[in-house]
Amino acid sequence: MKIRISGARVVDPASGLDKVLDVFVAAGKVLALGAAPAGFAANRVIDAAGLVVCPGLVDLAARLREPGYEYKATLESEMAAAVAGGVTSLACPPDTDPPLDEPGLVEMLKHRARSLNQAHVYPVGALTQGLKGERITEMAELLDAGCVAFSQADAPMPDNQVLLRALQYAATFGYPVWLRPRDAALGRDGVAHDGKVATRLGLAPIPSVAETVALSTILLLVRETGARVHLCRLSTADGVDMVRQAKALGMAVTCDVSANQIHLSEMDIGYFDANCHLVPPLRSERDREALRRGLQDGTVDAVCSDHTPVDDDAKQLPFGESEPGATGLELLLPLTLKWAEEAKLPLAAALARITSAPARLLGLRAGAIVPGGSADLCVFDPLAGWKVEPARLRSQGKNTPFAGYELAGRVRYTLVEGQVVHEG
Amino acid sequence: MTGPNPQLDSHGGLRHLLTTEGLPREIILHILDTAHSFLSIGEREIKKVPLLRGKAIFNLFFEPSTRTRTTFEIAAKRLSADVINLNVGTSSQSKGETLLDTVANLSAMHADMFVVRHSQSGAAHLIARHVAPYIHVVNAGDGRHAHPTQGLLDMFTIRHYKKEFASLRVAIVGDVLHSRVARSQIHALTTLGVPEVRAIGPRTLLPTNVSDLGVHVYHDMAAGLKDVDVVIMLRLQNERMNGALLPSAQEFFKYYGLTPEKLARAKPDAIVMHPGPMNRGIEIDSSVADGRQSVILPQVTFGIAVRMAVMSILAGNA
Repeated sequence: MKIRISGARVVDPASGLDKVLDVFVAAGKVLALGAAPAGFAANRVIDAAGLVVCPGLVDLAARLREPGYEYKATLESEMAAAVAGGVTSLACPPDTDPPLDEPGLVEMLKHRARSLNQAHVYPVGALTQGLKGERITEMAELLDAGCVAFSQADAPMPDNQVLLRALQYAATFGYPVWLRPRDAALGRDGVAHDGKVATRLGLAPIPSVAETVALSTILLLVRETGARVHLCRLSTADGVDMVRQAKALGMAVTCDVSANQIHLSEMDIGYFDANCHLVPPLRSERDREALRRGLQDGTVDAVCSDHTPVDDDAKQLPFGESEPGATGLELLLPLTLKWAEEAKLPLAAALARITSAPARLLGLRAGAIVPGGSADLCVFDPLAGWKVEPARLRSQGKNTPFAGYELAGRVRYTLVEGQVVHEG
Repeated sequence: MTGPNPQLDSHGGLRHLLTTEGLPREIILHILDTAHSFLSIGEREIKKVPLLRGKAIFNLFFEPSTRTRTTFEIAAKRLSADVINLNVGTSSQSKGETLLDTVANLSAMHADMFVVRHSQSGAAHLIARHVAPYIHVVNAGDGRHAHPTQGLLDMFTIRHYKKEFASLRVAIVGDVLHSRVARSQIHALTTLGVPEVRAIGPRTLLPTNVSDLGVHVYHDMAAGLKDVDVVIMLRLQNERMNGALLPSAQEFFKYYGLTPEKLARAKPDAIVMHPGPMNRGIEIDSSVADGRQSVILPQVTFGIAVRMAVMSILAGNA
């Protein structure tokens, strides 16, 4: 299949390219940019005038719910959601049932994902067996099976000795460890940010120190072990400051935020809206502004969807009993564009946070448009507005705090290895 | 805040009573006035009026309660409603039925009103969002969030003894953090124009941003009680000793229990209130609980009139 994408504005944050050019795709790869290679006869021409071509999005956290939670979502439904959102590579956290703590589970997931021929799936293996925080997993075996990093997902790490040893062991082989800073005890039983809304609504609080105390522990252990640590889903202003300082001191830590956290705050909980029950919790408006500034100044490396499809029954409960999480794969692009527009940043700067930066964190060659590279591409209309209607999302999870939002940025075509896997 | 106030109908009338927060002053005063007119019914030989005859009121208690459930039951019966008591904590929920399924089933039995108590904050809001338009929901206590009829009966009590709200100093003492009663009182007091509401307690029992609710925070009880007109004591649950919130009941009583000596800091005509059930010797000394300034038993009597008022207004008969 030879495809010519004609007349599009090609934005490649990795190279700085931002120009109206034709893109030529053949044999799963980007063959050339600009002039057609000699003898190129396209099987298909995509008229992309007025559209943007960027690298396929790379999402650092998308739960596919397999194995174990097929009633919430399946690989089929969530991979369709991924490509509908322009996401061509995604990392999935290990909090499945059972957790991704055995090579067989990882191989099965990789195999199932490959057979669907859609987005590339990069499993993040469990750092400890059963995510219990007690015994470390067979990291080398898991890596051979296809894991790209190791994580506790949202499970706590109650024992710092285990954390120290897990980091030492991972550092032995140079494996990346992804940690969401959360103290196991602070904020125990909490469901909302310890702020004015939780006080008003009488929701059990999760204080900011639940993040920062864990973060300071992690940073000290990183210094001790030299482990490669990526910090997931920062949620507090103080957390951003600590990472900024750590980076200024030359520490090789990286971090991400969820697209939810850069747009929403505790105020959005309103009258107990369970769609705003998220992990980490939506924090204060001050925290949100700090996360946005951190994202702008590079303290925060990437934006992820933190995609968590939840079945309706699990959301139709009192706030504190409802299952946390929001669907997000199809909103990652428009929410990132919205942030960039509000922050008055160029398009390439926005796209960098969801393409080249997360690809670098994952150690992938993806996230760039280069001749000879895999033709994983997202073609979108940056001006097309659409209203978020949960029923129309491809994801099986219809739970989103953004229902009813008018967003700009609609994916028209998604290509994975040169195949058009989505047209919208 | 998102969306319209879920307890008001499109004309600004009361559709559900879920919280005193955002409850318009006119509605609160209307409830208090209506309750006043009901007060004499309890003293009559025949303690019944036919306002809710033929209406089915379900007391839906997902959390055990004797006192609140009983006062709602008495109030509904005095209005001639049919009352069905369900202690759901011991029946369908333990069989795995969800909250909304339980409510849907009871709605199919032609309920007109649900009086709901639940251990989770927001449970009454959730139910109110899902019931048919003709069904009314009264929150009888949800988690730490709200207990609006208690808050309103406390306002009734204050007005009964102090006549007006505009010059009062009110102190709320104890475990504000876990108290739905305190939250409902604070919102009602500020809406009614009480100029100074104080919250008194150790930092472990006060919510982080409690001053955002419009209260002045005191950790020293003697300073906090100085010259107040109303002292509201909150119940201290025994389990607070487990979570490292307090060292012991004895130490709490020493620093935050209401004794005659501490009460002497308040105005001489200050009244003492407690939502019940009391822990004598933990948050309140018996001599105060039974003393001349205590209005704890009248609160219970007023509670029935206030609940009658709420139910009759919701059902559109007042």
